[in-house]
Amino acid sequence: MAGRTLYDKLWDSHLVTQRDDGSALIYIDRHLLHEVTSPQAFEGLSLAGRTPWRLSANLATVDHNVPTENQAAGVSAIEDPTSRLQIETLDENCDAFQITQFKMGDLRAGIVHVIGPEQGATLPGMTVVCGDSHTATHGAFGALAHGIGTSEVEHVLATQCLVAKKMKNMRITVTGPLGFGVTAKDVILAVIGQIGTAGGTGCAIEFAGEGIESLSMEGRMTVCNMAIEAGARVGLVAVDQKTIDYVKGRPYAPSGQDWDLAVAAWADLQSDADAVFDHEVTVDGTVIEPQVSWGTNPEMVTGVSGHVPDPQMIDDPIHRGAIERALKYMGLKANQSIDSIRLDRVFIGSCTNSRIEDLREAAKVVDGKRVADSVIQAMVVPGSGLVKEQAESEGLDVIFREAGFEWRDPGCSMCLAMNADRLGPGEHCASTSNRNFEGRQGAGGRTHLVSPAMAAAAAVAGHFVDVREWL
Amino acid sequence: MMQQFVQETGLVVPLDRSNIDTDQIIPKQYLKSIQRTGFGINLFDDWRYLDPGEPGMDHSTRRINPDFVLNDARYAGATILLARDNFGCGSSREHAPWAILEYGLKAVIAPSFADIFFNNSFKNGLLPVVLTEAEVDTLFDLAGTETPMTLTVDLQSQQVTGPEGFSASFAIDPFRKTCLLEGLDEIGLSLKDADAIRAYEARRRGEAPWLLRD
Repeated sequence: MAGRTLYDKLWDSHLVTQRDDGSALIYIDRHLLHEVTSPQAFEGLSLAGRTPWRLSANLATVDHNVPTENQAAGVSAIEDPTSRLQIETLDENCDAFQITQFKMGDLRAGIVHVIGPEQGATLPGMTVVCGDSHTATHGAFGALAHGIGTSEVEHVLATQCLVAKKMKNMRITVTGPLGFGVTAKDVILAVIGQIGTAGGTGCAIEFAGEGIESLSMEGRMTVCNMAIEAGARVGLVAVDQKTIDYVKGRPYAPSGQDWDLAVAAWADLQSDADAVFDHEVTVDGTVIEPQVSWGTNPEMVTGVSGHVPDPQMIDDPIHRGAIERALKYMGLKANQSIDSIRLDRVFIGSCTNSRIEDLREAAKVVDGKRVADSVIQAMVVPGSGLVKEQAESEGLDVIFREAGFEWRDPGCSMCLAMNADRLGPGEHCASTSNRNFEGRQGAGGRTHLVSPAMAAAAAVAGHFVDVREWL
Repeated sequence: MMQQFVQETGLVVPLDRSNIDTDQIIPKQYLKSIQRTGFGINLFDDWRYLDPGEPGMDHSTRRINPDFVLNDARYAGATILLARDNFGCGSSREHAPWAILEYGLKAVIAPSFADIFFNNSFKNGLLPVVLTEAEVDTLFDLAGTETPMTLTVDLQSQQVTGPEGFSASFAIDPFRKTCLLEGLDEIGLSLKDADAIRAYEARRRGEAPWLLRD
């Protein structure tokens, strides 16, 4: 019998019942909630007279809607009445159902995919779900983690289970070593550029190889975070000593005898040597350079030394049409060099890149420099209150402010522009977020996905530059 | 409770794009609602209207984009959407199928769908139909003519039939098919396995006690 993949093991250990029709019930260890995708689920639960199956599995926070200025003023001071109501609704639901929540202003609050790992609420070997597609992030810990819709949020609340069908196994091996100045963000953008936005559809992707193993836990989170941009609901990295060291001592992590038991169990959280994958892809990590997206989906990406493609060179009419439409939307010309793209705004934040290492990388680049006059706004939005506190204790806020960056309170912010932070029509933004869809950061806004270091350098130069020359 | 889907015969609106993401299906500003309804008027908001939309405004007075296919009078009253690869990619927002259904569409036909959107559709009685690239090409050719095309999507027989003898079959999970045909309450069904869930928890407490501490 062939060995099992990491995904196989996680699936097997969470299988409650396999039904004759091919569907299965799988058990959910951790359910993370936020204000946008939960209100209708709580309403459905109440209407049906149901209560949460296991309260301690749930952890909630507010992130999508929160203002990133003056959170200390409280929820009642939020200007947008619809945002305020949605946040108040989560507060009320969590109070009513007695679900643990980090409310706005709590030091532990922040982006749901930052706080889960930060608190040790995400653990190796768990199943983790959340009504948010970037739940794939938590797979960096060898956890089976994916986004769900609101009906499933209600289902998990009521049953602690999901109706699921097993995905296919895909392994993406990133060879190494990675080049100097190349980050996790560059790796995942290059992977998506290679396999496409639907390359992982229907699959759980395990990221492996020296290019992944060499990354820190935060880097691995960045990679798994964007598995969904490659079409896969699940991204995974095997557990190693880095995983265990990261988890140890966090508030929700096991301790004492539980810790020893857990560490022993986690040793098995890797694919067996003879495991068979349905799809295997190898990405040459040694040739990846800092990446910049030029189009309107994440596969429209190239290295910083590259150029915007020429649609006339594309034979397939559907593909050609998509590129033509993207260039028109982005206001770019065929064959234009990436370093000629000028920026109006710079955003450093999001569940992809708002952790302390991200902020350190960006601060290192801007230290002693100034944001270009042509850049209207450059902002740094830490992923959580604790990340913000840590950064301030290291003086990073001072570096950013002195360079002309705005230093904000935690939240999703301009990644999806549900709050007041957004692009104006036609504006180009160097953004450390995860999606460059039309209008994602504001109607008519033009997003270029990059790493924190690349965004920082672009803020200073006013256009894209190869940050490796600055390091 | 899920809406039933048995069979739909209706006009087809062809939206000739791949990678249509959920941000386009229903832009983020409308996700601030705490209701399940009210999203249909903002389906494809950025493409459908020429002026920027915000929640709470009177959308009936906004400027319509005449070049967007949903605004083409030929397709008024359409109940089936035809699109290209990777429909519904991006965020997990269930507001996307809610908006599509509330607009009046009952089924979406495409060569492929993003996983989460696909899954969310079934929970609400919206049928995503996967046909081959060639079949979808044929349908785009048929739908793009002066006279709009009517198709029948039949879930029981898993068939799409239309003009000029068009006929194609599609696959669907048996569980999803049953749920759609009968409009079943999935939570109620899962709770029938409550004993199995409790048995799992008891076993798991032995294997991995740290996961189930209160």
